[in-house]
Amino acid sequence: MLGQEVTTAVEQFAQRRRSPLERLQHVLHAHPSISPLLVLIIAFVVFSSINPRFASPNSLSLVLQQVAVIGALAVGQTLVILTAGIDLSAGAVTILAMMLAAGLAEGGGLPGVVAVLIGIGVGVLAGLANGALVTRVGLPPFIVTLGTLSVFTAVALLYTKGQSVQATDLPGLLNWTGETFPVGDFRISVGVVLVGVLYLLVGFALANTAWGRHVYAVGDDKEAARLAGIRVDRVLLSVYLTAGAVYGLAAWILIGRAGAASPNAITDANLESITAVVIGGTSLFGGRGALVGTLLGALIVGFFRSGLSLAGVDDQYRVLAVGLLVLLAVTVDQWIRKVKA
Amino acid sequence: MTTTTPVLSARGLVKTYGKVVGLDGVDLDLFPGEVLAIIGDNGAGKSTLIKCLTGAVEPDAGEIRLDGAPVHFRRPQDARKAGIETVYQTLAVAPALDIAANLYLGRERHRPGPLGSVLRMIDKKGMRRDAEKALTDLGIGTLQNMSQAVETLSGGQRQAVAVARAAAFGSKVIVLDEPTAALGVRESQQVLRMIDQVRSRGLPVILISHNMPHVFEVADRIHIQRLGRGAGVITPRSHTMPEAVAIMTGATTLTETPGQT
Repeated sequence: MLGQEVTTAVEQFAQRRRSPLERLQHVLHAHPSISPLLVLIIAFVVFSSINPRFASPNSLSLVLQQVAVIGALAVGQTLVILTAGIDLSAGAVTILAMMLAAGLAEGGGLPGVVAVLIGIGVGVLAGLANGALVTRVGLPPFIVTLGTLSVFTAVALLYTKGQSVQATDLPGLLNWTGETFPVGDFRISVGVVLVGVLYLLVGFALANTAWGRHVYAVGDDKEAARLAGIRVDRVLLSVYLTAGAVYGLAAWILIGRAGAASPNAITDANLESITAVVIGGTSLFGGRGALVGTLLGALIVGFFRSGLSLAGVDDQYRVLAVGLLVLLAVTVDQWIRKVKA
Repeated sequence: MTTTTPVLSARGLVKTYGKVVGLDGVDLDLFPGEVLAIIGDNGAGKSTLIKCLTGAVEPDAGEIRLDGAPVHFRRPQDARKAGIETVYQTLAVAPALDIAANLYLGRERHRPGPLGSVLRMIDKKGMRRDAEKALTDLGIGTLQNMSQAVETLSGGQRQAVAVARAAAFGSKVIVLDEPTAALGVRESQQVLRMIDQVRSRGLPVILISHNMPHVFEVADRIHIQRLGRGAGVITPRSHTMPEAVAIMTGATTLTETPGQT
């Protein structure tokens, strides 16, 4: 009863061939992790040709141990950024969890298992505070976490009175994450293994469960997600709680890595975790990206640190290079978001 | 004109917003397998009427019956569970997700066995396959790649995905709110054909539209809203477009212009 389909000029126009640049845009749109993978490969080739020691198992093992903490924080950060939020309190939550766990366990006050669980529990509570302020009060994540960044940092400093807790005063389990074991010529720490497991678990959940789909949908278009029957607030809260738990785990890894619990540790952690996520191709506007990209992004940051230091250049060049990479990554993201049919 | 039980019927719906009367005792019947268009000027109560029927708004008074049984929708999920699917004017699709993911958004299917029950894995392949079938059934063969992000589709194709989602899950009624408002000529025709397809399956459709040619092309009956009241029900055969507009704007009434029978 309705008119037959007519091919219009508009339709024919749409069928024109894509230029090579447009095809690249489409490939990057479909596989956002390609760019960080390329950067990682190029960095590896360049740095190992400047100084062959860069590619040695010893040096690469060290890179892995160095990026473990940032890599862990970046997992929580990825979840939050996927929902179109940002977590400026990631490092502060980690410090608070670490100092409370270490402070309570100091001098045999608590068994190691309990201390680890307290660390994770503190992270979850901090995530609950962030999540409740975002979902119940309706504040923007940037403002919420800017506030809690100061609150958590101050509480950690007030609690510890600025004092560190040395590894020797802590139960063995808290330092366990820093222990290393040989894998071929490499030396892998327990912390690195934990971070690997974390990536597998969260990566699986994001890619293969309905929860993962909903995280993407909420970040992509909140209203569309709500109209599709997704309980947006519940998904957001679950993201902040999970991120908090991840930061609590990162605190444990940090104690092992640093050999102490210091309230002044990882001051750059917030920005570095955001850097890893952004270089990894996850969009700051939410809804697109993947955890594998974040892993690549964290490794890129680690490669630059190790490679430029082995090349014998000033550390400021690393800061400069990473800054430029962030700008490039965001520019590429803006470009591929404009992909057309 | 027919004695069958309406699939959806409303009697005496009233909804006020403070002093403003949105709906002032509206009756509506939707019969099996028909396309019922709702037309009306801005502020005539089209949106409020639809919101009452789809659970977005609770009426102050009046009764809604689904298949003859009274129902009370307190939120959109209630109406959806009862089998009423709505396609909203603001395209309710997530642009970065692919077609299949959008079709099953909020209703993901899990894989059979422990992979689904223990690991909570979703059945991506199965959902992709069924999404393709759902779209082909509605005569949209042009979308072959179900893993294509919705943002790479044209407006008409996005609307097609939204309608296909409603058609795939709506078991009783499909409500389309201004589905062609943002579309070009050819894309509008595509959506009208989809509405035709949905009707031919026996699923009744409520269509809200400003576009008289579209309404007259696809509707079986036309419910006219005026100033919060039902101004009458006409058909594309009983009245002409100018007559419909005249009733809609109050230039005439259904009693003055009874139309051809």
